[in-house]
Amino acid sequence: MAQASGLPGVIDRVDERAPRRQTVYVYQAPVRIWHWTTVLCILVLGVTGYLIGSPPPSLSGEASAHYQMGYIRFAHFAAGYVLAIGFVFRFLWAFVGNKWSRQIFVLPVWDRAWWWGLIYEIKWYLFLVRDPKKYIGHNPAGHASMFALVLMLTFMICTGFAMYGEGAGIESWQYRMFGWVFAIFPNSQDVHTWHHLGMWGIVVFVIGHVYAAVREDILSRQSMISSIVSGERVFRDDFRE
Amino acid sequence: MDAPRETFYDVIRRQGISRRSFVKFCSLTAASLGLGASGATTVANALETKPRIPVIWMHGLECTCCSESFIRSAHPLVKDVVLSMISLDYDDTIMAAAGHQADAILQETRQKHKGQYILAVEGNPPLNENGMYCIDGGRPFVEKLVEMADDSLAVIAWGACASWGCVQAAKPNPTQAVPIDKVIRNKPIIKVPGCPPIAEVMTGVVGYVVTFGRLPELDRQGRPKMFYSQRIHDKCYRRPHFDAGQFVEEWDDEGARKGYCLYKMGCKGPTTYNACSTTRWNGGVSFPIQSGHGCIGCSEDGFWDKGSFYDRLTNISAFGIEANADQIGMVAAGTVAAGLAVHAGVTAVRKLSGRDDHHPHA
Repeated sequence: MAQASGLPGVIDRVDERAPRRQTVYVYQAPVRIWHWTTVLCILVLGVTGYLIGSPPPSLSGEASAHYQMGYIRFAHFAAGYVLAIGFVFRFLWAFVGNKWSRQIFVLPVWDRAWWWGLIYEIKWYLFLVRDPKKYIGHNPAGHASMFALVLMLTFMICTGFAMYGEGAGIESWQYRMFGWVFAIFPNSQDVHTWHHLGMWGIVVFVIGHVYAAVREDILSRQSMISSIVSGERVFRDDFRE
Repeated sequence: MDAPRETFYDVIRRQGISRRSFVKFCSLTAASLGLGASGATTVANALETKPRIPVIWMHGLECTCCSESFIRSAHPLVKDVVLSMISLDYDDTIMAAAGHQADAILQETRQKHKGQYILAVEGNPPLNENGMYCIDGGRPFVEKLVEMADDSLAVIAWGACASWGCVQAAKPNPTQAVPIDKVIRNKPIIKVPGCPPIAEVMTGVVGYVVTFGRLPELDRQGRPKMFYSQRIHDKCYRRPHFDAGQFVEEWDDEGARKGYCLYKMGCKGPTTYNACSTTRWNGGVSFPIQSGHGCIGCSEDGFWDKGSFYDRLTNISAFGIEANADQIGMVAAGTVAAGLAVHAGVTAVRKLSGRDDHHPHA
């Protein structure tokens, strides 16, 4: 049998036999839409949020001729709303979506196999083991980092809307719903500080998330980047086992 | 000491104020409290019929700046408040009596007007060494405070000291000074924070309690909503410069001369709840931002411990380092990025050098 590509099991041109590859539909359309919407929101929120904390150089001329901080804050609030609504939607989707849609909201700390998998993943990243394991959903390290993101997004949404409620007034629904944040941090300055730290936490997450996605896409035994576009997890070496 | 049985109306008529002026005063007070059209009648009725409320004003660990502010109230004049609206039975700083005589008044009020007097507290009690850091009349202040609070109608916490702790409770707080709500738990407390609070806010709160015989509506943190429900930033006259993106960058730059927003100079206006930008100070003359300096957030919880007055980000001190959130965040993000770059390098070298040749997809 001709193997034009030189890869075992892959045949093209001559015999139109599909390669025996396992494919699982993991990320359903709403999950993928949520993912990419959140990516855009985090980008906008991170940049505008940083500029709100450290504004660009002062503008001259009449105040009535500019609305720079106004636009920056508007973009921040608008993206914040989209992120929050998307996050609520994503949470609700966990109830109706497939079983992998629930994964990021629950960390199975009671599961010994999960802990074993996490340790194995850490070893894999420390170059201590030969091959990575196969996972349909997130691997334990990815699972833990996604769970951390869920916590960070929750924190950012609560503190963000609490501060938004300060401007909207104590009669606003934002203040009524999220004003309890000020019971934890009585001084709003602390809420601002923690909101900044939360942003940096998400920046660290994004760096790790993108690195791991690219690295796993190249080195692991399943697809990564194409999966969050098409939704399908493709296993590349099913013939080995 | 039967003066407290007199009503406010009796007192001012005795002082030669006409009925016409009295009604005018009621209308103005009702308007300033935002009470609507029928408010004036309510105020007038209250002042005509209710006996003047006895007020005990105690001083703990404090600097008397609250009293200094209070006596400068212009609307209403503090003279009217102290001599007519309330019956200020005890205030050791400004009363004529001293020593045992003064202490006797305290006990007398407590027995005679049990459950009817207002306890106004300026300053706070230190708890370390059983309260020995503040002795008042031979006893720890904290004992006297709790005793007087027990028989009061309600408690007013004047200033940042009584409300939050202020400078004497700032780190490391050697005397263990605590805000009064940590020792008074059985009475409603109105917090009127500020260092000091605005004079008109203080007399306004007293005026409200006297008029209605109840506490004003309080927010989540126990502050009267009518004066503390908006941030300095929300009502600042420099706010248009903030929205436009026009900032003071240096104390002596063009922006400072033009009165641009002081946000970049560390103004705490966006995180401070007070009435400064509307009521202003010294009879409405000015307030810090109008005078060219940022707000230092003196009416906020723990404002001494939130880093410099000229930085908007709180310093976080841990593990012996002190840095703000952005510095910490940038170092963390940079470290992670550098670490991952090294990791990527090691991965690439191992792959290219063929040490991972056994890898599944080859």
